[in-house]
Amino acid sequence: MDVTFKIKRYDPEVEAPESYWQDFSLTLDDSATVLDGLIKIREEIDGTLSLRCSCRSAICGSCAMRINGHAGLACKMQVRLAVDDDNVIIIEPAGVMPVVKDLVVDFDMFWSKIMAVDPYLRPEGPEPDAEYIASNEAMLHLSGVTACIMCGACVSDCTVMEVDPTFLGPAALAKAYRFTADPRDGDAQGVSRDRLEALNGPTGMWDCTRCAECVEVCPKGVAPMDRIMALREQAINAGFDNTYGARHAEAFSSSLEHSGQLDELRLVPNTVGVFNLPVLLNMAPEALRALTHGKLPPIIHKKIENADRVRKLFRRVEDPDRS
Amino acid sequence: MKYAFFPGCVSRGGCPELYPAAKLICQRLDIELQEMPGASCTGAGVLQEKNEFLGDTLNARTFAMAEDLGLPIMTICSTCQGVMSQANHRMKSNPEYLAKVNVELAEEGLEYNGNAEPKHLLWILIEDYGLEKLEPLITRPLAGIRLAPFYGCYILRPTNALDFEDNPERQNSLERLIETLGATVVDFAGKTRCCGFPILTINEKNSMAMVGKHTAEAKDLGADAMVTPCPLCHLNLDAFQPKASAQAQRSIDLPIIHMPQAIGLAMGITPKDLGLQRHIVSTKALITKLGVAAG
Ligand code: FES
Repeated sequence: MDVTFKIKRYDPEVEAPESYWQDFSLTLDDSATVLDGLIKIREEIDGTLSLRCSCRSAICGSCAMRINGHAGLACKMQVRLAVDDDNVIIIEPAGVMPVVKDLVVDFDMFWSKIMAVDPYLRPEGPEPDAEYIASNEAMLHLSGVTACIMCGACVSDCTVMEVDPTFLGPAALAKAYRFTADPRDGDAQGVSRDRLEALNGPTGMWDCTRCAECVEVCPKGVAPMDRIMALREQAINAGFDNTYGARHAEAFSSSLEHSGQLDELRLVPNTVGVFNLPVLLNMAPEALRALTHGKLPPIIHKKIENADRVRKLFRRVEDPDRS
Repeated sequence: MKYAFFPGCVSRGGCPELYPAAKLICQRLDIELQEMPGASCTGAGVLQEKNEFLGDTLNARTFAMAEDLGLPIMTICSTCQGVMSQANHRMKSNPEYLAKVNVELAEEGLEYNGNAEPKHLLWILIEDYGLEKLEPLITRPLAGIRLAPFYGCYILRPTNALDFEDNPERQNSLERLIETLGATVVDFAGKTRCCGFPILTINEKNSMAMVGKHTAEAKDLGADAMVTPCPLCHLNLDAFQPKASAQAQRSIDLPIIHMPQAIGLAMGITPKDLGLQRHIVSTKALITKLGVAAG
């Protein structure tokens, strides 16, 4: 198979370094992975091409990079599946993290966020006589999230970290969930209140936009975004419900419960608080502009037909006394 | 062709120009729409944060109504599409879960049999209607107009819930539609990214940074407008563009057009009938470039 690798390169040691594209044409076996191709380029065409790899089996997490615009493991992706109609494949370093050289990025930010969530068990209360015991069922559901190999693909393509590197991000939040959902962590009921309180703050669980990029690019099925949503549910259930995020979810569902549809006009004041004048005034120009363009949602919020049926459904499903 | 129409809340709320524009072009396409006045909001992924089962049950309720009508469902919102597809995926892949949902639906005398396949108008045009059938209806091709596609996350990811494997054309459906309308596609990295709307009331600064990044990128690549199949993206990219522009400390001024409006313009419908005067970022320059009277 004759293919062209279009690689984004960067050499920090030249004067006024800037990234540039370079094409490499080579012949590969049909079964070759993207990593096989890159190694061949490095060994046979240009020994200065820098990249990280180790296991070549999608285990070590070293070789994450952008392949055709999306993060993935170079050793897991077959060239034959990645090339376009002209047999071209586009390779870039992972996003968000600073590039060191060519396809090598600086992982300091990644590790500091993992460290920030205390990635170890923190049981509270008296120690048991022997080991901490967790049932099989209580641990089984964690097998997905513990499959993380810390390759950084999710961080690379996170739409929030792209604009705000202070966000804890998908990898660290998924790691945090791995502990909040562990029955041995936290109090006797397995509720990790301290963790949830910390993650509930700025740069934490509520800053995720639910864009699902991380779910899509994760090579191990960790589904970080789904873990972040689970964290939100855990935080609300643990009583941390006084954030804009939690109130947004609450205001949204109460609107739905009462009319079967979204009351957009009241969603903002109900989220930020009816008496939160600074925030409301901050949104006032948008509201005024919407009004003058005939766009403001109806003041009298309409209900769907038989809205009472939706209300009853909410009551039934949300009834805490139900087993 | 007939569909059970699920317009979603925002097409009649924050983006009131979308609902009539969509109905207008469906009329021209001879697509018959049957409303479902008893259908509720999908939960938009927000209710699902609190209670996923409840959200899925609400969507199953809508699916059951469409099954009773014997009609496939049409959406005009990327978010509605994604949330419905995800709910459907969970129920179809887990019969026990579906049975649990049906216990709730039975209280209203409804039952969901797992046959619904909700489809966005964008997908319907490509998969059911056929772009070749749309072509003869294009009486005013958007020649010379440069349009940047902006999908909205929910109609792109997660791909397994959206059946991308069986329908690979969904990956670049919007570009194909833009080409069919006679316009030039402005390809840019932001087209599959997040508009920032879900965190608007939670972290406005980040939300505005996203709006600014994507609209400015398209603008700098010479786009005359951006086209989106998602009214939530539209809300953020259009209504909040002035704020995003102030935060980015640069002018952007990129009109954001709903997908049905772009189709309508190419069909010769007047900008006024399509509600283009209701946008926050002025569409005047675009209309002038098109060479049509505003109507
Ligand atoms: S080389 Fe180890 S994951 Fe790719």
